[in-house]
Amino acid sequence: MKRIYVKEEWCLGCHLCEYNCAFANSGMTDMVKALRGKEIYPRIQVETDENGVTYAVSCRHCTDPICVKSCIAGALSKKDGVIEIDHSKCVGCLTCVLVCPYGAVVEDGTGVAQKCELCMTNSHGTPQCVKGCPNGAIVFEERGEAE
Amino acid sequence: MSPLEGQVRIPSGCAVSAMISKDGRRMNGESIIESMIPMHDRSNGLGGGFAAYGIYPEYRDFYALHIFFNNRACQSECMTLLKEYFEIVQDEHIKVRKMPQITDEPIIRRVFVSPMQSVLRHLQIDDKELVVRIVNRINSQLDGSYVFSCGKNMGAFKAVGFPEDVGRYYRLEEYDAYCWTAHGRYPTNTPGWWGGAHPFCMLDYSIVHNGEISSYDANRRFIEMYGYKCTLQTDTEVITYIADYLLRRQGLNLEEMAAVIAAPFWSTIEGESEEKKKKLTYLRTVFPSLLVTGPFSIILGFEGGLMALNDRLKLRSMVVGEQDDMVYIASEEAAIRVMAPDIKHIWAPAGGEPVIVKVKEGAF
Amino acid sequence: MNFYPEFEVVRNDSRCIRCRVCERQCANEVHWFDADGKVMLSDESKCVNCQRCVTLCPTRALKIVKSDCRLRENANYSDQTIKEIYRQAETGGVLLSSMGNPNPLPVYWDKILINASQVTNPPIDPLREPMETRVFLGKKPDHITRNPDGSLDTTLSPQLSLSMPVMFSAMSYGSISYNAHASLARAATELGICYNTGEGGLHEDFYKYGKNTIVQVASGRFGVHKDYLEAGAAIEIKMGQGAKPGIGGHLPGTKAVGDVAKTRMIPEGSDAISPAPHHDIYSIEDLRQLVYSLKEATEYRLPVIVKVAAVHNIAAIASGIARSGADIIAIDGFRGGTGAAPTRIRDNVGIPIELALAAVDQRLRDEGIRNNVSIICGGSVRSAADVVKAIALGADACYIATAACLAMGCHLCRSCHTGKCNWGIATQRPDLVKRLNPDIGSQRLVNLMTAWRHEIKELMGGMGINSIESLRGNRLMLRGVGLTEKELQILGISHAGE
Repeated sequence: MKRIYVKEEWCLGCHLCEYNCAFANSGMTDMVKALRGKEIYPRIQVETDENGVTYAVSCRHCTDPICVKSCIAGALSKKDGVIEIDHSKCVGCLTCVLVCPYGAVVEDGTGVAQKCELCMTNSHGTPQCVKGCPNGAIVFEERGEAE
Repeated sequence: MSPLEGQVRIPSGCAVSAMISKDGRRMNGESIIESMIPMHDRSNGLGGGFAAYGIYPEYRDFYALHIFFNNRACQSECMTLLKEYFEIVQDEHIKVRKMPQITDEPIIRRVFVSPMQSVLRHLQIDDKELVVRIVNRINSQLDGSYVFSCGKNMGAFKAVGFPEDVGRYYRLEEYDAYCWTAHGRYPTNTPGWWGGAHPFCMLDYSIVHNGEISSYDANRRFIEMYGYKCTLQTDTEVITYIADYLLRRQGLNLEEMAAVIAAPFWSTIEGESEEKKKKLTYLRTVFPSLLVTGPFSIILGFEGGLMALNDRLKLRSMVVGEQDDMVYIASEEAAIRVMAPDIKHIWAPAGGEPVIVKVKEGAF
Repeated sequence: MNFYPEFEVVRNDSRCIRCRVCERQCANEVHWFDADGKVMLSDESKCVNCQRCVTLCPTRALKIVKSDCRLRENANYSDQTIKEIYRQAETGGVLLSSMGNPNPLPVYWDKILINASQVTNPPIDPLREPMETRVFLGKKPDHITRNPDGSLDTTLSPQLSLSMPVMFSAMSYGSISYNAHASLARAATELGICYNTGEGGLHEDFYKYGKNTIVQVASGRFGVHKDYLEAGAAIEIKMGQGAKPGIGGHLPGTKAVGDVAKTRMIPEGSDAISPAPHHDIYSIEDLRQLVYSLKEATEYRLPVIVKVAAVHNIAAIASGIARSGADIIAIDGFRGGTGAAPTRIRDNVGIPIELALAAVDQRLRDEGIRNNVSIICGGSVRSAADVVKAIALGADACYIATAACLAMGCHLCRSCHTGKCNWGIATQRPDLVKRLNPDIGSQRLVNLMTAWRHEIKELMGGMGINSIESLRGNRLMLRGVGLTEKELQILGISHAGE
């Protein structure tokens, strides 16, 4: 299955992926209208380690996802390898946020959880963070099964 | 006045025809003249010519210079130059038949010459090189004199007119040759100069050519490095010099020359045997500037044989026929059928594939 | 003295989403975010108009425009002329510039037009017929020789085989980044052409691309050792460069860091100054000795290129080089680029490559020695049309560097000498170097060359030529427009309509 992978060697820490993610999942057609003057809650986040190395983190769609197991409301599920979240079922307990070892599940600003669904559930159909990365640091490719 | 051939480059279309006896039988010019008639529309009356091999057996040891002079003064100037380097063996008019189709003729002379040994020793060159140098000098520097044939036991005959008329004008039915080539020209403007007609000759090489090569200036600028002067700016002229350079000066054989001027594509070379690949790659690497591109079908005549060759894409027509000891080559099959009405074996050689015909050793 | 900045940053606040990518990506620190007012602010005096921020701004909220605030100019004293005087009055220093001569001097490529076949001979369709662009650079023998059995002796002097007549010109590791070199090396290998190390040595990671590498030996001898010479497909002796004929090179110590210093074999942080002349070459006979020293060192396996700047007497110089044992001459015109050159030299020394090339090709032919050497033409070859014109004038191949940099992302801001290239090319700052991902850089170079190769084939096909060797020196395929008799005579072409 194709997943999003990050090549920190090429990450510039420009944070464009976060804005592209926020826009892609805003449901709007204009980035300015979607993001201007708003706090963004992207599902991919650029982190910086102690050496100043930057890299983007998003859901790895684990083979054996602990978030799905921990969800008390049955909002998280795995379909065709992609871990999806049903916002209508989420009760906002944020257990998933706590258990995810990668910090890839986050709160969406309204109290419920959100996570990367590879842009499969929005209107784009292909990951917009990958498409918008100016340096090829985020890729969407087949590399065999992840743990 | 419109510029003469040589002052301007004139593209032309053409008809070519040739016949050769592998047994060295000598035939008069009747048949080759006739062969040009069905291809009448491939010429436009602005140039026709013939080359004949084996026509001067009694003078076979001497270079036969065919020369056009504009007037007596030119003639005398040119003869003075010739006498500095050659013994003049015979100096005569080339006999012609007056006819209304052929007009504005220059003075047409045939001069048999023999290089002076003292000159050869002084210049440290062989007799062929001397002939080439002096002919080049006359054609590029003496205004109003033009040597249009300079081989041994062969000669070219050319004029402004349709080729069948030119043949009759020169009374070619009175010459006997083991090999004839013919050319009818369709130039795209009207210089009306006899020297511009074909065949084009250098020593015993003669070329008749149909096409307009796109590599002209690349070929010209290369070959001019080696003492040749392309005074006429025609394809035929530059191809003749290339032939002379590769065959006489570099010592390539005919197949090797064909692999230079109509070199196989690199993709074809890749598929050849190791040995052949090496050889073809070498020839393309050493002589890249002598690759000839654009459409051409040429017939190269030389002492004892001829070679016919198409460009590597075969952008011009050319067919070959064979019957008994005879080989016929022409732009159109109709021309061959005039020369040999019952011929069975006719084929079209592939682009870049040379057809080489040699007369039996000792028969010419 | 303070001036109004040369460029203005125009920010459309109604489109700005405060993503701050402009701030993060500007090495010149033009942009910053004011947390109090929640607005983006900028210091335009630092802007070099490299367009990095404009390119990355996701909402097109930014543009950089040339400022219209000018000093009181006149036809003799332009804004720039006046400012340069002020700057020199202030600093007492030589002005530095980068990339090629930007002045409005004639670009002869643009005054030359190409022929096409009509009626008398057929154009050839490159999509349907083979169309060959392979070239071999190197000395060709005057006479063939035969083995005792009569077969051709096919041994040749070393030849550089290229799939198309374009190569990436010399840019040193140091003047450009590791990733730029990686991109060039990988692209050259994939394309079957060559790139050139420039005078900075060859990083050990790139020895594997040796078959597609030209290793340069310049006056500073930086990075030159036996393995280096033997690693490449050809050796280039750099006598001069079009952007700065008559002077050497200067890599500031700030760029001579880490692997750059190691590869150049100099102490870290020391200035790498190449002398103006090779101090073992004060004349043509000395050049011959260096050519043969390099050939000896590499057992005559590699062709030797001699690169010279196009200067007034270029034809005679080239004739001398052709007799010096060199296999290839590279001529670099006055528009050629540079990572840093004194402005006065870049803008006033040397001659146009078109005239130099035509003069050299003709001179070598007049002397009957054109076959002794191949000619590479460089110094602002910008497109496939320029390549075709260069080949028709007489070049065997072209060098491109500015066009290659543009393919890798360069926006021609001409600020290479600052070492703060926002595109990761002309810089050694690790955070900037990583902006050029060689996966992307090499692919874009391959794309550019592939596109040019298609265009070269189209142009050749139109002329009825199906192999590049029939185009070389084929000046009949060119016509000039708006050129004087003298210019036409030097170019060896007729005027359009003739």
